[in-house]
Amino acid sequence: MALDPTILRDIIMDHYEYPRNKELTEKDGYMSRHMASDSCIDDITVQSKIENGIIEDVRFDGVACTISTASTSIMTELVKDKSIDEAKEIIDNYFKMIDQQEYDEDLLEEAVAFSGVGKQANRINCATIGWKALRDMINESEEKDHE
Amino acid sequence: MDVSKIREDFPILSRKMNGKPLVYLDNGATTLKPQCVIDAVCNYYSYLGANAHRGDYQMSAQVDEAFENARITAQKFINAKYKEEIAFTSGSTMGLNEIAIMLTQQVLNPNDVVLTCESEHASNILPWQQAGKAKNIQLEYIELDHEGKITFEAVQNAIHDGVKIIALAHVSNVLGFEAPIEEICKLAHEKGIIVVVDGAQSTPHIDIDVQKLDCDFFVFSAHKLCGPTGVGVMYGKKKWMDILEPVFFGGESNARFNKCGNLILKETPLKFESGTQPIEGVIGMAAAMDYLQKIGKDNIHAHEVMLKEYFLEKVKDLDKVIVYNANAKSGICTFNIMDKGKMLFAQDVAGYLDSLGIAVRSGQHCAKLLPDILHTAGTCRASFYIYNTKEDVDKLVEGLKNATIENCVNIFF
Ligand SMILES: Cc1ncc(COP(=O)(O)O)c(C=O)c1O
Repeated sequence: MALDPTILRDIIMDHYEYPRNKELTEKDGYMSRHMASDSCIDDITVQSKIENGIIEDVRFDGVACTISTASTSIMTELVKDKSIDEAKEIIDNYFKMIDQQEYDEDLLEEAVAFSGVGKQANRINCATIGWKALRDMINESEEKDHE
Repeated sequence: MDVSKIREDFPILSRKMNGKPLVYLDNGATTLKPQCVIDAVCNYYSYLGANAHRGDYQMSAQVDEAFENARITAQKFINAKYKEEIAFTSGSTMGLNEIAIMLTQQVLNPNDVVLTCESEHASNILPWQQAGKAKNIQLEYIELDHEGKITFEAVQNAIHDGVKIIALAHVSNVLGFEAPIEEICKLAHEKGIIVVVDGAQSTPHIDIDVQKLDCDFFVFSAHKLCGPTGVGVMYGKKKWMDILEPVFFGGESNARFNKCGNLILKETPLKFESGTQPIEGVIGMAAAMDYLQKIGKDNIHAHEVMLKEYFLEKVKDLDKVIVYNANAKSGICTFNIMDKGKMLFAQDVAGYLDSLGIAVRSGQHCAKLLPDILHTAGTCRASFYIYNTKEDVDKLVEGLKNATIENCVNIFF
């Protein structure tokens, strides 16, 4: 499928101007990651609630550029209510896409908007900051289950 | 000052960035190198070759001469009284760390206070914080005025009996304001306070006379003044350089030692230069200083200020451009861009300019300065130098006019 740049651009703009799940919660049962050390400019926190192998909720907040904000916003929608295994496959494919490798477009839905970001090496971090936070929290939840 | 002739000295200006002619406006981060500096560095590798202060043969003697001549060039460049006051370092950061460690360990008493300010570069805050831990040294911050600048009055107000060191940037890298160092030193010395000046952003642009400033220490980096990376200068008044013990030990800095731990150090500055120095860097730095001296610091500063005024004039009627430091007389322009009633994220603007071949810096600067004084989380910074032209400013302003959220996102497709 040829991706229409205008549509992809509008997806990013829409998620930047109206980010989804952009509000942190104080409720119990959430893990949290503050992503401020990877780059000096984006500063976001991602929270997730993972229970019984299901990603029940993902939310975030912070100051960040268009790419960081929109990519994290899209991620929160994409993995919500997915099983850990499904989410891991989505995340895997997303990183493959950013690395300019073969990936499964259907799994990524709106996140395909970031397929070109990998060409700007200095912005890869922006497109992956929220995703790394979630990947990390999934790992943490799995380690807990093994204990 | 003939800018078109100066531009011919910089081979890198003929390269492209993203397929566009390069408009390099990140001179606060580092500067480009003229051919004479490149040649001086290459000459070390292709001809001089030997180590310094070591061999008994002609090549080595030639290196010694070039190396020690570079020290004299640096001495003159900042008008130090003695060449022994010039110790080579890897740059401002290393110099500030060494000074912080030496003064904390050898001069300060527990609970003494180091006075600095919130617009400082991390390299002038973190070394003091870390070195000071063992003695519980407190850092206190001079209050900045509404524009983010250090005034003499604020320094006066911040000084108290506990203050033993004042550590400040001569010119701030965020806003480009010059601190009144000469006045500060006068007052500080009346009270027995040591003054350490971070000259990273002043030395490339304005005339430096450390005797007139009367500061105790002064550091700078070669790479911000058309010289090589990884080399710089730590200046200290001879009385300090004589009594302080270095941070690093090893070859070249000792006169003799034995296995019982007895050590006789060489005199300053060699005692501060343990190990093989970046010889090609030192020689390249001297070539850069000669090059700038020929152009003249007054001309350099006037050119930068002219470009900034030209920029301010061009954006005056553009509501979308917010300038934070119009009153700072330097070549640093700190700004943000509005689009459809919202401020664009600085990194998005820098990314869009990059696609046009324009290099500017986006950043979140000192965490506290920005929210309190600039009321924003980040800014873009364009900083000018000798090879920049009005055409560069025209291209920047044209880019800013077209900087919209759509265009910032379009660069990814
Ligand atoms: C004010 C100031 N101090 C210190 C430094 C650190 O210089 P260097 O990285 O060359 O050690 C910089 C460089 O950005 C600076 O702008």
